[in-house]
Amino acid sequence: MTSDPRRPLRTIVATDCGSTTTKAILIERVGDEYRQTYRGEAPTTVEAPFEDVTRGVLNAIAEIEELSGRKILDGEKIITPSGASGDPKVGVDIYISTSSAGGGLQMMVAGVVQSMTAESAQRCALGAGAIVMDVLASNDGRLPHEKIERIRSLRPDMILLSGGTDGGTVTHVVEMAEYIAAAEPRPRLGMSYNLPLIYAGNKDARSRISEILGKKTALTITENLRPVLERENLGPARAKIHDLFLEHVMAQAPGYKKLISWAGAPIMPTPAAVGLIMETVAKKQGINLIGVDIGGATTDVFSVFHGIFNRTVSANLGMSYSISNVLAEATLDNIMRWVPFSIDEQDLRNRIKNKMIRPTTVPQTLDELQIEQAIAREALRLALIHHKSLATGLKGVQQVRSISDVFEQTASGKTLVDMLKLDLIVGSGGILSHAPRRVQSFLMMVDAYEPLGFTELAVDSIFMMPHLGVLSTVNEQAATDVFVRDCLIHLGTCVAPIGQGARGARCADYTITFPSGRELVKGTLAFGEVRLFPLAVGEEATVAMAPARSVDLGAGKGVPVERRARGGVVGVMLDGRERPLQLPTQTDERVRALKHWHAALNLYPE
Amino acid sequence: MAHTYTPGLTVTPRTVVSKKRILPLSGTVLVEAGEAVTAATVVARAELPGKVHVVNLVNQLGILPEDLPDYMVTREGNRIQQGDVLAETKPFLKWFKTQVRSPITGTVETISTATGQVILREPPRPVELFAYLDGTVAEVLPGQGVQVETTCAFIQGIFGIGGETWGTLVMGVASPEEDVTAAHFTAAHAGKIVVGGAFVGAEALARARAVGVKGVVVGGMHDQDLRALLGYDLGVAITGTETVGFTLVLTEGFGRIPMARRTFELLRKLDGRKASISGATQIRAGVIRPEIIVPLAPDEQIQGIEAGQWGEARGGIKVGDPVRVIRAPFFGRIGQVVGLPSDLQMIPTESRVRVMEVQFTDGSRAVIPRANIEVIEG
Repeated sequence: MTSDPRRPLRTIVATDCGSTTTKAILIERVGDEYRQTYRGEAPTTVEAPFEDVTRGVLNAIAEIEELSGRKILDGEKIITPSGASGDPKVGVDIYISTSSAGGGLQMMVAGVVQSMTAESAQRCALGAGAIVMDVLASNDGRLPHEKIERIRSLRPDMILLSGGTDGGTVTHVVEMAEYIAAAEPRPRLGMSYNLPLIYAGNKDARSRISEILGKKTALTITENLRPVLERENLGPARAKIHDLFLEHVMAQAPGYKKLISWAGAPIMPTPAAVGLIMETVAKKQGINLIGVDIGGATTDVFSVFHGIFNRTVSANLGMSYSISNVLAEATLDNIMRWVPFSIDEQDLRNRIKNKMIRPTTVPQTLDELQIEQAIAREALRLALIHHKSLATGLKGVQQVRSISDVFEQTASGKTLVDMLKLDLIVGSGGILSHAPRRVQSFLMMVDAYEPLGFTELAVDSIFMMPHLGVLSTVNEQAATDVFVRDCLIHLGTCVAPIGQGARGARCADYTITFPSGRELVKGTLAFGEVRLFPLAVGEEATVAMAPARSVDLGAGKGVPVERRARGGVVGVMLDGRERPLQLPTQTDERVRALKHWHAALNLYPE
Repeated sequence: MAHTYTPGLTVTPRTVVSKKRILPLSGTVLVEAGEAVTAATVVARAELPGKVHVVNLVNQLGILPEDLPDYMVTREGNRIQQGDVLAETKPFLKWFKTQVRSPITGTVETISTATGQVILREPPRPVELFAYLDGTVAEVLPGQGVQVETTCAFIQGIFGIGGETWGTLVMGVASPEEDVTAAHFTAAHAGKIVVGGAFVGAEALARARAVGVKGVVVGGMHDQDLRALLGYDLGVAITGTETVGFTLVLTEGFGRIPMARRTFELLRKLDGRKASISGATQIRAGVIRPEIIVPLAPDEQIQGIEAGQWGEARGGIKVGDPVRVIRAPFFGRIGQVVGLPSDLQMIPTESRVRVMEVQFTDGSRAVIPRANIEVIEG
């Protein structure tokens, strides 16, 4: 079902087969630009009683047919190309899809040194859209038999083995291969085939690896992902993961062979596609961005800083299936600090567990909504901490230092996530995309991420980033057009001075010059205060900040800054709540401060 | 989606349940299609590869890995006994001889000249797969396992811990509103599956373990007591492998929640019967709920509990359907659907959602998001 490459794409139907629902969107060329026009949704049908993923895909597309009046299906086939029958309202030019059904792609990775090749292998697998079940390394502190037991007990979809730089010692990576062979690992799906294993380590060890693992696994050898300590080469191994995902993993899942035959481009794991669109947009617009997708079971964080893409998955931080784990990791006090009332601990714990076992329920009362949003803040915060620890420069690299570096001895492996250089935060997932008021999503992300200086925020309207990621492999222009025009709901800009000060003391003076003759606004932002100024989507204002002597807005302490701030459905927020963000420790004072902020932002109904 | 369907948990006096019993790795199926089995029948068997031991010989002998074969006394594939010599040095003087002995009985799996380590494997461990249900083998999956089928009363819980077990079902309390306390568990409950009412606490659970019950089925419990029972905070809803001494099935959820009367009445009618239960719960893709299965005779009917349709067969939710509220502020209350407005309505959080009007047993009414309602199926 591949379209003719010479023919321009005018109509595209894309699906994302998720764990619970299959979401379809229609993208059409309207004038000179591409727009997302219709969407349909149906339950995913990869499990019993249907056991055929294409049923859900056809149902979701049928909903688009109904809404758009376009005939796309001919029985159980997608009609391509559009207009071939002479009727422009029949068919589409291409069908594309992503998939995370059945738990997505689950991998185990292994390397030699935990902070070097094992970490590179982990970054490689995460970037390819996998959930990493475990990271094994020669120096991970586990005894050999513990490693072997672990490999055996996990049933991943595939293993990525790396280790050693090219030309370096082979002993340790061969040792890891021996452990894997001894474990006789079995794949997650099916009993009848060998587990796919990608070797991307020291090239001198290839023949040994083939001897040891060739008969026990479906071995694929590719370029070393860390050929020298100073450089990662993740591309070839990542491409192999995608190939094996299609050939082995997807081929075992019910209905996927048919789905693959329908698609005009390779089916991608959902997170890989989301990462791809973020990377594409960041590069095209020359910005640094963080994207987050907070789901029921996991929270994915993507970042692009200075063109370097990273992705992490916090596998047990989510808003339903793993909501109890957020409580366990964040602690009750950290969750309740965001809520302007108190609740009996036992009652709260029971409520959270009940959400875990009945994940589709929604908050009916305002108290329940505030508790859920408080939990989301902590899940987002913890997932970013996790991301920062993995989105780093390469560790173990020798640095050339000059005399000027004597006073700034930064270690190698410093995080790439620089909140002051961050331009855009994109939030996705039910709790952010479907918050009753958009300002609630805005504040959840600000509270969790504590952006510094000027940062724009947006949410994904209907979670179409996966579709756009796979579309970018076929037509980058179409993907970025739709991303900018239809995918993002621009919330506005947060302006957050860095510094600490007594509550009520002067933090910064501000002057905001609005477009089209609207009267400028001048004032003083105090510590512990937030102010919100409406500024519509598509508008820009000039924000001039004159900070107090101890306060920094990116140009240095006390140095005035003037920047353009983009508007959105929320507007421009001046955040004087100190950085790092400080909440009063006394309960009465904290509740008073929260209520004050909520009122200033009109966060909840009266 | 063609219709609104709010799935609930199945509570039915008579149905046919079919269970796939699959080995963790290929093995031998021991029964034939059509054969009658009991829960304790071993239907298939496999051999799990033995535990692996790694011995780094070159470090102990002070030699280079590539020279290792010259020092080996045994070869790959050889059987060895604990204490057998694996390798030894060959000095001029016997006094200086160094020997490395096997820490286990098993086989020599590999001798590596790259790393200098030898991998030894213990003998395989047999793993036996039980039928879990009293029933009939409906299908044999060669080398993998079987499908066992039984006509039974079937009750799904909402959450559980612990694996599959079977035993006699006994009522521990007289009403679904009653808590099951430590005093309810006696020595007579050893090996039994005890049914409680609204709540079980930490003390009662400790007593249940002490008397040796096989299972506890109850409406609700506190999360704090679950943490105390497990010894850790359960973060993700995937259970079934816990070993707390018995299997626990909650029918309603966390907190003190009277067991649904229909569930309680059905269990009461099954008092004294053999039941198979499992606490395994998985709420992600491929939902698994805990279950209580009580096999019935071919033409047996449980009187007084009406059978109904369940799953997709029952169609959408209808006015008159019995429902239970599954979220605050009406959590745990049971009522009947009296209105199903089709338009989205704004709820106090300002979300616009589909709702239903429910009349509770005390005659009061409330508007509740459809997502917060569960149909009581059966």
